[in-house]
Amino acid sequence: MITGEQKPFEEIWNMVKDFKKVLVFGCNTCVAICHAGGSKEAEILASLLRMRAAQEGAAIEINHAAVERHCEPEFFQPGMDNVRTYDLILSTACGVGVNLLSEHIGDIPVFPAINTEFFGAVPRSGEFTELCAGCGNCILHLTGGICPIARCSKSLLNGPCGGTNNGSCEVSPDIKCAWVQIYDRLKQLNRLDLMNEIVDAKDWSKAQGPRNFKVKLLEEIKK
Amino acid sequence: MSFREILDSGKFTVTAEIGPPKGTDIKEMYHHIEVLKGKIDVANVTDNQSAVMRISSLAVCKIVLDNGMEPILQMTCRDRNRIGLQADLLGASVLGIHNVLCLTGDHVHAGDHKQAKSVYDVESVQLLKIVEGMNIGRDMSGNEMKGATDFYAGAVVTPEANPLEPQLVKFEKKVKAGAKFFQTQAIYDMEKFKNFMAYARKFPVKMLAGIVVLKSAGMANFMNKNVPGITVPQELIEELKAAGKEKALDTGIDIAARHIRQLNDEKICDGVHIMAIGMEDKVPMIMERAGLR
Repeated sequence: MITGEQKPFEEIWNMVKDFKKVLVFGCNTCVAICHAGGSKEAEILASLLRMRAAQEGAAIEINHAAVERHCEPEFFQPGMDNVRTYDLILSTACGVGVNLLSEHIGDIPVFPAINTEFFGAVPRSGEFTELCAGCGNCILHLTGGICPIARCSKSLLNGPCGGTNNGSCEVSPDIKCAWVQIYDRLKQLNRLDLMNEIVDAKDWSKAQGPRNFKVKLLEEIKK
Repeated sequence: MSFREILDSGKFTVTAEIGPPKGTDIKEMYHHIEVLKGKIDVANVTDNQSAVMRISSLAVCKIVLDNGMEPILQMTCRDRNRIGLQADLLGASVLGIHNVLCLTGDHVHAGDHKQAKSVYDVESVQLLKIVEGMNIGRDMSGNEMKGATDFYAGAVVTPEANPLEPQLVKFEKKVKAGAKFFQTQAIYDMEKFKNFMAYARKFPVKMLAGIVVLKSAGMANFMNKNVPGITVPQELIEELKAAGKEKALDTGIDIAARHIRQLNDEKICDGVHIMAIGMEDKVPMIMERAGLR
């Protein structure tokens, strides 16, 4: 899932303070799971902004709403007549949602209330960790299911650097060295031979945007 | 004799570092070059060491060369993509710089531009392969170049990495990728290093042991705690403590000299790489006490 964290309140206030009618617009999928941008968080943010507006004596009407997803138009299209009555949409969806809504809404600005971070796992409730970087060319079958692109600070492909430190990364003792993990996992799988092969430089063209693709099967059916 | 010829001749080889400064005042760096010239065999020029922005390694290599000393171009993959790296390799080659040390490079987190975007388009093993290709006249994409390079390529290894096994897998890949010489992370435990060399001698590469002078017991403790792959044995820390504040540095120089002498006398490795880290002035004294020159 896509993770994100709410921006500092001051930054959000500075974005909205000069508008008259603001909709805090939540998304109930990924960003709701990480407690950053679901309907509940949109509601709380709207009331915090109302309080701040009252303190500052600013006449702003601030409401909230949410839909299931911002990354597919069919989820937000039905309510667009209402959305278009505002002069600012403060989106708590991920950056994908902000982009897509901006494309569809017409001459009303859509501002981000959260910083979109990565797509990650939820190892424990309330904890999020990046395991895949979406680089466009998966090699997990060669690395014991542990991604060095996402999980090594330097995205190395041929083993640990000199900064590997008792299983941790030189960047932080809180980051595990991905290559020590890969080594241990391949040993467990009895496939250490996979580590002996030199991995050639990566084709980063597949990891760089703007990226898009079409499902081939659907194209065939349409024909 | 070139670096390659010196190593091939079997002479115990000494390399040391020139650290480019931050800024255009290079008087002190010139002084270091003068101090080391004629004493050491070859000078490594560090590449934005510890991810701290300084004069480029390539520019300082040229200065070293023009001042009568052979340089080793240290090249990290942190700041340049494959196009930049190859361009600088060609640039080095036409300037007469023919030794390159291929490094992945410390993370920007360690340096003074922590918000920089790290590159790591390629890494040390792949950079060695790039050099190998350019030496036969081909760039990384397989394009034929007008004129090949003639690099003597090396890499680094940490003999006391913890855990060691993945580090050795990488060492062997570096050998396979064309590394001809290695300069190690600082070593302090001669017995452990002998064990490492018994393994490393199976490979057709030259090994220069890393020497970092201990200035005090505090520095040794700091390194044990903070520098990955460095372990200063307790007895050396005691020796430094016993020397007292006044004589700690002198004792540190003695320890370094003693280790170098042993490495040479017992023919444990092919030479040493002295990382003076601001004490370039002391390198001739270390060498003298080690019985070299």
